[in-house]
Amino acid sequence: MMAFLRQVLVIMAKDLRAELRTKEAINASLSFALVVLLLFSFAFDPSEETTREISGGLLWIVFAFAGTLILNRSFARELNNDCLDALISAPIPGSALFLGKALANYVLVLAVELIALPLFGVFYNVRWTSQFWQLMMVVALGTWGMTVTGTIFSALTVNIRLREVMLPILNFPILIPALLGAMQLTSALVAGKPITADNEAWLKMLIGFDIMYTAVSLVLVETVLVGG
Amino acid sequence: MRDKILYVLGAAALILLARDMVLITGFPPEINQGAIFKIIFFHVPMAITALTCAMVAFVASILFLITKKFQYDALAVAVTEVGLAFLAGNLITGSIWGRVAWGMWWAWDARLTSALVCWLLYAGYLMLRNAIEEPTQRATFAAVFSIFAFIDVPIVIFSIKWWRTQHPQPVFWGGGSFPPDWKAVFGWQMLAIMLVGVVLTAVRLRQEQFQREIDSLRRMAHAL
Repeated sequence: MMAFLRQVLVIMAKDLRAELRTKEAINASLSFALVVLLLFSFAFDPSEETTREISGGLLWIVFAFAGTLILNRSFARELNNDCLDALISAPIPGSALFLGKALANYVLVLAVELIALPLFGVFYNVRWTSQFWQLMMVVALGTWGMTVTGTIFSALTVNIRLREVMLPILNFPILIPALLGAMQLTSALVAGKPITADNEAWLKMLIGFDIMYTAVSLVLVETVLVGG
Repeated sequence: MRDKILYVLGAAALILLARDMVLITGFPPEINQGAIFKIIFFHVPMAITALTCAMVAFVASILFLITKKFQYDALAVAVTEVGLAFLAGNLITGSIWGRVAWGMWWAWDARLTSALVCWLLYAGYLMLRNAIEEPTQRATFAAVFSIFAFIDVPIVIFSIKWWRTQHPQPVFWGGGSFPPDWKAVFGWQMLAIMLVGVVLTAVRLRQEQFQREIDSLRRMAHAL
């Protein structure tokens, strides 16, 4: 068990180090998040009232689009010099490789989100911090769901034609329940309403989604990496 | 032999469909909705057939991952394509009904939305298949995605149900009532549409088999 955790951490540290040295994915993702935030301001009248109402949808669309850019690079980065083959043949289980990569992606996507969130508050003049910790919990849960399916689909699409296009086509429909729940909760929380018995079901769904897809991904990742 | 069975099944499906069509047009219009209500005889069986196809695809995908036998992969892709067609038929008939009953083609109601999401999920499956050349890799990756998609179906349905509901309550399991002679025709219609599904799947399976034979012949020719 300890060995497994260490393997996960090594993979995670390797990915984060590689990303922080080049900053290619995170820079692209951040500037893309900015562009989408800007574009939304043309789509509707950004008064405080309307913005609060649709804040959940707006934020999660930004998060999902920007996250995709990071997830796309996760396995594609390993194609040069056949690094992917080396990783697969390394004496670690596929699930350790997967979890390490998923955690690295998680940190990167969360970082982009935590920068985009205050920017959203500034641009749209919304005070979003009144339910700060509950909002952070929703962001953490929704992002994990997005990252776990995104990472496994990143492995699935790494070797195929149209890689960049296929990832969102596969990932977004699967993510719809998670995104829907996260959007509902985020809108309420940004409006200053804490999670109550009314919308608790969304939180439970989000947690269930995360647990289920983490489990299924861990079971199937070996099959995906070896590829038959 | 297999061809003959296929022809017989296909003919049976066509005769049943024709017979049901005559009976259905003979029924009086429904009291609240008028003639448009009768679209239910196509709408609901198509939905059930599509759901059955998704289940078969799920089981076939698991069996492929366990056994690595290509006939399961062929079955998975055949039923997925057929199921997608039926789901499209379900969405289109529902849309026509909505135009008459609600006055709009589309409403973001729970069932409509979840049907559309499921359609997108399985369309993604076919696109993934198209993007992969190598047969073993294609079959494996497609099977993995099919499992992911099938697990998502109940979550999609429940989450969107919490989100909103506008679809009329199901006629059969909640609320509404159906006169007995309509019920009998509905049963036959269900059978007829299922049969169409089976025949289409069988035809698609054969195609898949031929494709594999052609591929192996081509490889042999290259090896010479």
